[in-house]
Amino acid sequence: MAKTLMKGNEALAEAAIRAGCKAFFGYPITPQNEIPAYMSYHLPLRGGVYLQAESEVSAINMVYGAAGTGTRVMTSSSSPGISLKQEGISYIAAGELPCVIVNVVRCGPGLGGIHPGQGDYFQAVKGGGHGDYRLIVLAPGSVQEMADLTTLAFDLADKWRNPVMILSDGILGQMMEPVEFASNQDISEVEKPWATTGAVGRKPNVINTLDIIPESLEKRNYELIAKYEEIKGEEIRWQEVGTEDAELILVAYGTSARVARSAMELARKEGLKVGIFRPISLFPFPETQLGALASPERQFLVVEMSAGQMLEDVRLAVEGRCPIHFTNRLGGMVPTPEEVLVKIKGILEGRGN
Amino acid sequence: MKTVFQKPEALTDVTMHYCPGCTHGVIHRLVAEAIDSLGIREQTIGVASVGCSVFAYDYFNCDMQQAAHGRAPAVATGIKRVLPDKMVFTYQGDGDLASIGMAEIVHAAARGENISVIFVNNAIYGMTSGQMAPTTLIGQKTATSPRGRSVSETGYPIKMCELLATLEGPSYLARVSSHDPRHINQAGRAIKKAFEMQQQGKGFAMVEVLSTCSVNWGMTPVDSMTWLAENMIPYYPLGVYKDITAEEGK
Ligand SMILES: Cc1ncc(C[n+]2csc(CCOP(=O)(O)OP(=O)(O)O)c2C)c(N)n1
Ligand code: SF4
Ligand SMILES: [Mg+2]
Repeated sequence: MAKTLMKGNEALAEAAIRAGCKAFFGYPITPQNEIPAYMSYHLPLRGGVYLQAESEVSAINMVYGAAGTGTRVMTSSSSPGISLKQEGISYIAAGELPCVIVNVVRCGPGLGGIHPGQGDYFQAVKGGGHGDYRLIVLAPGSVQEMADLTTLAFDLADKWRNPVMILSDGILGQMMEPVEFASNQDISEVEKPWATTGAVGRKPNVINTLDIIPESLEKRNYELIAKYEEIKGEEIRWQEVGTEDAELILVAYGTSARVARSAMELARKEGLKVGIFRPISLFPFPETQLGALASPERQFLVVEMSAGQMLEDVRLAVEGRCPIHFTNRLGGMVPTPEEVLVKIKGILEGRGN
Repeated sequence: MKTVFQKPEALTDVTMHYCPGCTHGVIHRLVAEAIDSLGIREQTIGVASVGCSVFAYDYFNCDMQQAAHGRAPAVATGIKRVLPDKMVFTYQGDGDLASIGMAEIVHAAARGENISVIFVNNAIYGMTSGQMAPTTLIGQKTATSPRGRSVSETGYPIKMCELLATLEGPSYLARVSSHDPRHINQAGRAIKKAFEMQQQGKGFAMVEVLSTCSVNWGMTPVDSMTWLAENMIPYYPLGVYKDITAEEGK
């Protein structure tokens, strides 16, 4: 199939429709506006429904309702809007409703700015809303991955009956790259006997997250935790380049990983043994895979557009077995490969950080 | 033998948890009877809200979803938009609908969302033990208006039917009461009408049912019925606030 030049946000939207997404509920916020715009045009022409909600709170609860009928459904927003959705996301996770939630991350806190950021990492991977739950979190690194991981997100959501978040950012959403799409997915096989579609000739189905009996809610909590453990066993995704002989391994996801990759190439040209480890699934985090690379003769450099959020998961994976350095930019500033190269040289020449 | 009284099919056998004398149970029954009389039980998806009626998902014998506090109209919208041929209703209290969920109900009404809303106004937050609600009457004592609701501090109770009647979207808005058999019969007819409007694709319909909460009002169930009639009805007049079928008939 031919490649098309497209913005990341539009590629994501097109991939969602091809993955069988039949409903989209959203609310305007920069830098994700291309997603609802694309959906509002294309979805009704291709058998789906688009609705602009009165707020992100309403949008996520519309997702809850539609997901409860077994329909493939998506919402997208950006950081402040995702904060508003958190109560609903907690309900969706508790109700084990499959859906896809896109966060085209901007910088914060507060109203912050409309430029790209990675400061929502904790919110995405550690729960975000109230109670013990997890999302599956996928972090694309290119326009092609904005499409591919969206296709995957719908499948994982159904497979695990769990909300899946695409953690993108303002750059990935706005930039144009050639992209190739999977053909339309046939999802008629996906069975959802739990869905509330009208109790014709069967007992009523109930989508509910309330359980006031501690013994029974605890059991429910353990069931969810067991599911998350299974997800950790099966759904870890990452990419490694040049790690075999590397003395320094850059760890980064999303836009930071693109910068880190360029920095690595610059370093390699100068004969420095530098590799990159890019987590693609942020939950589950590729902890074992990253940990396996930790050895006393190696060092890590984490590159983020946050104050050091994924850094904490890298530390947990490495468990003190080698030094971990950190470089970042904040406020919507994006690190340059040259800046990262200076940092790399400093570390390898023993000037530390 | 002639059957003169039986449990509607749209109610389950589960024993309701409502306090003695609470009118939630009566209103559940009216909803169930409406569903039965229209023969739509297998086509209906109900949305329970957060409040004393949260367990409605156990009591209605049809597919049910339980929504977050105030968000039932949004959840119902999500269901109805993807299953437009099914019947979707919400069952919400006054704290749920007129306070935390004000945006959701106003916008569902403004869109003319083709759903039926059962709004149970007992002028108090029942479930959380009797705090002031947006519908609490002026001077009414609650756990959080211990000296009686004062206008200078908390303004005026919200009249939802009147408020929503300013919008083009709704097809039917009515306020009824549950304090005596005559009014209960009227309430039943209004609830059925709200489902019929949806069935005919007319768009958003809401029935506000004045209801009691004797436990949190600090009265006997019998006194509560009298208090409702004497205090709530004057502030919340009963009647039909909008009916596009009546207008069409003109
Ligand atoms: C986000 C959120 N805020 C607050 C609550 C606590 N809460 C539970 S029920 C309720 C009030 C319900 O009152 P109403 O809607 O009038 O229903 P009633 O119990 O009177 O029938 C509140 C505030 C909650 N569950 N969720
Ligand atoms: S607290 Fe009030 S509203 Fe709740 S069940 Fe008891 S009487 Fe009914
Ligand atoms: Mg109430």
